[in-house]
Amino acid sequence: MSKVLSEFLPGEKGTVKKVTGNSMIKRRIIDMGVVAGAVIEVQKYAPLGDPMEVKVKGFNLSLRKKEAEMIEMETA
Amino acid sequence: MTRKKITAALVGNPNSGKTTIFNNVTGGRQHVGNYPGVTVEKKEGYKNLGDKEFAIIDLPGTYSLTAYSQEEVVTRNFIVNDKPDVVIDILDASNLERNLYLTIQLLELEHPLLLSLNMVDVAEDLGVKINDSKLSQCLNGTPIVRTIGVRNEGTDAMLLAAAEASENKQSNGFKLDYGSDVEEAIKKLEPLLIALHNEIKFPVRWLALKLLENDANIKESLVKLSNSDSIINECDKIRIELSHKIGEDVELFVAGQRYQFVGKVYQQIADVREAHAITTSDKIDKVLTNRLFGLPIFFGLMWAVFNLVFTIGDIPSGWIEDAFGKLGELIGSAMSDGSLKSLIVDGIIGGVGGVLTFVPGIILLFFAISILEDTGYMARAAFIMDRLMRKFGLHGKSFIPLLLGFGCSVPAIMGSRMLENPRDRMITILVSPLMSCSAKLPVYTVLIAAFFDPSVAGNVLFSIYILGIVLLMIMASIYRKTLFKGESEPFVMELPPYRVPTLKSIILHMWERSSLYLKKAGTIILAASILMWFLTNYPSEVEYSKDYDALTVQAEETYTQQVGEDVLAPLNIEDIEQNEQLTALVGEIQDVNAEFDEAAAELEEDSAEYAELETAKTEKLQQIETDNPELYASAAKYVELTASLEEEKTHLENEQTGEKLEKSYSGQLGKFVEPVIQPLGFDWRVGVSLVAGVTAKEVVLSTMGTIYSLGETDENSKSLKHALAQDPNLNPLVAYSLMVFVLIYSPCLAALAVMKRETNSWKWPAFSLVYGTVLAWVVTFIVYQGGKLLGFGS
Repeated sequence: MSKVLSEFLPGEKGTVKKVTGNSMIKRRIIDMGVVAGAVIEVQKYAPLGDPMEVKVKGFNLSLRKKEAEMIEMETA
Repeated sequence: MTRKKITAALVGNPNSGKTTIFNNVTGGRQHVGNYPGVTVEKKEGYKNLGDKEFAIIDLPGTYSLTAYSQEEVVTRNFIVNDKPDVVIDILDASNLERNLYLTIQLLELEHPLLLSLNMVDVAEDLGVKINDSKLSQCLNGTPIVRTIGVRNEGTDAMLLAAAEASENKQSNGFKLDYGSDVEEAIKKLEPLLIALHNEIKFPVRWLALKLLENDANIKESLVKLSNSDSIINECDKIRIELSHKIGEDVELFVAGQRYQFVGKVYQQIADVREAHAITTSDKIDKVLTNRLFGLPIFFGLMWAVFNLVFTIGDIPSGWIEDAFGKLGELIGSAMSDGSLKSLIVDGIIGGVGGVLTFVPGIILLFFAISILEDTGYMARAAFIMDRLMRKFGLHGKSFIPLLLGFGCSVPAIMGSRMLENPRDRMITILVSPLMSCSAKLPVYTVLIAAFFDPSVAGNVLFSIYILGIVLLMIMASIYRKTLFKGESEPFVMELPPYRVPTLKSIILHMWERSSLYLKKAGTIILAASILMWFLTNYPSEVEYSKDYDALTVQAEETYTQQVGEDVLAPLNIEDIEQNEQLTALVGEIQDVNAEFDEAAAELEEDSAEYAELETAKTEKLQQIETDNPELYASAAKYVELTASLEEEKTHLENEQTGEKLEKSYSGQLGKFVEPVIQPLGFDWRVGVSLVAGVTAKEVVLSTMGTIYSLGETDENSKSLKHALAQDPNLNPLVAYSLMVFVLIYSPCLAALAVMKRETNSWKWPAFSLVYGTVLAWVVTFIVYQGGKLLGFGS
């Protein structure tokens, strides 16, 4: 099943299919290692509900939900 | 011994331990400055090792080498233009995949490179083993060493290996194959670019790749060259063709290819035993950013930082203030009166003292910030606050500097350094003076005490603080939409693992920042203090409306005559010292009076304690009278006459100082601005105070004290309060308007000086001065005129 990363719940895991959207944020996301094929696991959401924290390539990354919407995922 | 000089540039991801290595290697031998034109810090340190002298440059931490951030542009330009002998890439072994992504880009710059595999111990704890020689092999034999930065292990060997690597000027020929489509486009571009190679120092293949990636910075530098139009057009054509072929932005395709390559390399060199184990750091994080406890913990920590900076910091600040006060007295008593003495004591010592009182707070602030940063909590603080701050165009990280603004704008502005994005940093710097700093508080308290009933005092004060916060939100959103518009800074950032900070790095950090403040801001503040001293003391020859000297002499003569008639003549003596008993009695009465004055100084006259003290005093005096019935009346008369002479003389002196100030340049300035501030309900006296208050906000109060002929005044002064309350020009509405104006108008000199330092330009402090004052005028106008319409003006 495919959905975007911002729809994931804490603890949910999936593989990156594609990063869409505007080039600067997209580039930033890709530079951090979120490329097609990377495995991402959602850790948690901030106390106020946004941003979110994920684990990718062994490190913790935070991004806003709006930015996570640009990441298309494939769930296992 | 002449040593061989070697320049080595340290490059690496943020949190890779790069700065720890830099600090440990160079120790105190560092020089911190800025790169020209940008606010990115340039750190250089030195180290002698054997027959070599190393100059080590700590380049900013970066994840990539794109044109999207100042840090990345600075890093690649430094490597290409300044040509260090060798580049040392510090790799976090526990996070190698993402770190190698940068390594690939460094290799493509075709510069001598050494890889330093750092934090191998952390990686091994996580169950990751790295095969160094295999890694070197995958990267065409790029040399590798191992280091443990926090324990300073392997760093000497690292430098020696770097020296060796620097010998090899030729590129090791590493080339990443980007696939036939991209390679074909590169081949088409290369011949065009070789012609430019004399003028642009970047390697040709790298240049071709960057042009295909549509790198804004590289394109800009090409445009500056002559005859480059046709080349740029050709490049654009090839790039568009290529992106059609691969069906994606070339830039993103290239980045993807790099990660693919890195992924393959990583699989070959890393032996991962326990994948995705839950680390200690994750466990700590579960508590600190917990949905329920995250916010309370955050506010608790902020409260602690605030108290550290302002409550504990105030103690040594007080010592410094006292020490400078004493120094002033000492020099003052050693020199003869005159303008040189006044310049040294009031201008220079006062000015330098004022600068130094900020230092303890700043040192403690950077101590706290270093701990928050080095432990990794800072990123979490931003994570927690981002949603709230984003509502008015700020970044999660802006919260901390703004909170510090409640104490003082100087640390707030310096603290905004923690924001990497220049737009976020600028907005934070510009709005932070809207927080009610602690220097504004005494102004509020005196005005409130003079014009408002104690039952509403708290609400009035609170409303001013709230007004500041509301204005801050409005201004931040306006700035975000006008001056600093554009894409909002993404929140795509690493949350680094929690680490125990090293004392050395915290101390170096504190020292670095504090000495910068002293050097740069100090000189500006000193110059400005001297200017203010000049404005308030000159012209020195003033035509007074009264002959103060003659009046003083007259008062003394009257005194002598009265003492003679009422005290000395009845006792048949010519001087009170001729009667020992009388002299002793005078001393006793004066002691009782002095004791009372001291105890009652800070009490309200209608308070119960005051009445109690007064009764005690009367009782003591009655006791003295019963003990000495014959002489008491004479002694009391003498004491009374002496006291009233002193009072008269002080009054004349203060009146003279007040008149001198009125006729000084700053007084003239006050009169000059009077028409402008009249619609706000202010007269020239308020004008002078506001002008003088630009030096420091609490100066508004002391200047008013001088103008109202009261001499030295502070927030405990009862006399200023009374004088203000009796001034027919002032009423609660004007007082409130004045508080509003003091809250908003121009930041003080110290804040402006720091702003200049942090933004690297006079433009922003000048802007801040003007916008703050204009905004203050507009808001105060609305408050005052609106209040008058509503009938509060009397």
